[in-house]
This record gives sequence, C-alpha cells and structure tokens, in this order.
Amino acid sequence: MASKKMAIIASKGTLDWAYPPFILASTAAALGYEVQIFFTFYGLQLLKKDVGFLKVSPLGNPGMPMKMPFGPKWFRDINWNIPNAVQAVIPGFESFATVLMKKTIKDKGIASIPELRQISLEAEVKMIACQMTVDLFGMDRSEFIDGIDYAGAATFLEFAGQSDICLFT
Amino acid sequence: MADQELDARGLNCPLPILRAKKALNGMTSGKTLRIVATDPGSVKDFQAFAKQTGNQLLESGETGGEYTFILKKG
Repeated sequence: MASKKMAIIASKGTLDWAYPPFILASTAAALGYEVQIFFTFYGLQLLKKDVGFLKVSPLGNPGMPMKMPFGPKWFRDINWNIPNAVQAVIPGFESFATVLMKKTIKDKGIASIPELRQISLEAEVKMIACQMTVDLFGMDRSEFIDGIDYAGAATFLEFAGQSDICLFT
Repeated sequence: MADQELDARGLNCPLPILRAKKALNGMTSGKTLRIVATDPGSVKDFQAFAKQTGNQLLESGETGGEYTFILKKG
C-alpha cells in the first residue's frame, strides 16, 4: 500500500505558530505518512539553524491567556488582562511573555521546537524553503539548517496535488 | 509481561506517540511494548496510532491517573 501524503505550508515565524507544522509533521511521519513542509514568508524563521530567538506576542492577540507559571495556585489561575496600549510601551514585553511561555511549555511536558524539528528531520520529513522569500528578506542559505531544498510554488504544488492532507499554517 | 517498557509519564502530545514509534522502530515484529502515560489525550491517540500503523493495541487501561497501553508490533 502506498503511504499517505501530507503537504503543509508554514507561513508564520512565532514560537506559538511553530508548533502546528512540526507537531503534525512529526506525528504524521510516525504514522507512516510521507510529509513535505513548504516554509514561506515568516515561516522561514523556523528553518534557521538556531530557533531560540522565536518569540510569542500577546500584543493584539486577545485569545492568548497570560498566566504566571509560578507561585501558589490562586496566583497561577489569574489571567492578566493587560491592555494593548500598555503592552506596546513596555520595553521587552514580548521577551517577558516568551520566557513565561517557554517555562510553561517545559513544565507541562510539551516538546520544544528544536526537538520536534529534529524528530521530523530524522523521520525524513522533506523541508523546502521558499527561494523567493529568501531573496525578498535578503537572507542567506548559510543561515538555515542543512538538508533542506530551495524551490518555489510549482514544486510545492506537485507534491500537494497528490497529497491526502493539505494544510496552511 | 511486555517485551519492552516505555515511561511516557509527564509528556504531552505528541511526545508519547513519537517516543512509542521510536521504541517500536528498534523492535522486531510480534514483540510487545508497554507504555505508561499521564496525558489523557493519549487514550484516543494510541487507538488512532494502532489503527493507522498496523501495530495492534492489545490493552488500554487507566489506574489512578496513569494510562497503560500495550502495543504489539505489526
């Protein structure tokens, strides 16, 4: 039986949005799927050698709970409703939110992005960087991990056209 | 007794599945893997994993907040 195929477009470059493509790719590969991810626009950040700089932004993101991952339970349960206007003027607010998010990720036994990406690579998930966006952003191939391809829309569509699952993230 | 054990306690989705897959890769057909997990989502996920991979889910149970699964490698 030919294996099922999943094609994903990864277009976002934040810590939170790094999860959907890598969780689905690594899991699908574990289920025997053939997987390709096409990284375009901000999604290219997910292919950088070191992804430790990825941040999460609570600004303009009303769906994001802001809870402290330390202290007594009553304190952890507080959802800090900080207005956009206040967030915007506090220097380092995103970095602060990112530190809290990373601690929560670790405390809850959730995989890190480097780990999920490594598992995906080991499972032969094919990763393609959008050459057009690499040029647009003035990036250099030396900034990215090894073992990826550089191509365009036609390459993605060739695989996506035969896929069983096709997602835009 | 299962042939191999996997402690997936404290791990969240999709790590129990990914660790189980890795363990199964190193096993021969017919051998069994016992997994202990604390992720409530893993109950449905291991059923789905077994159904899609041809590894058989021999047992699935819960005691005191811990979920135990026995997979037989297909």
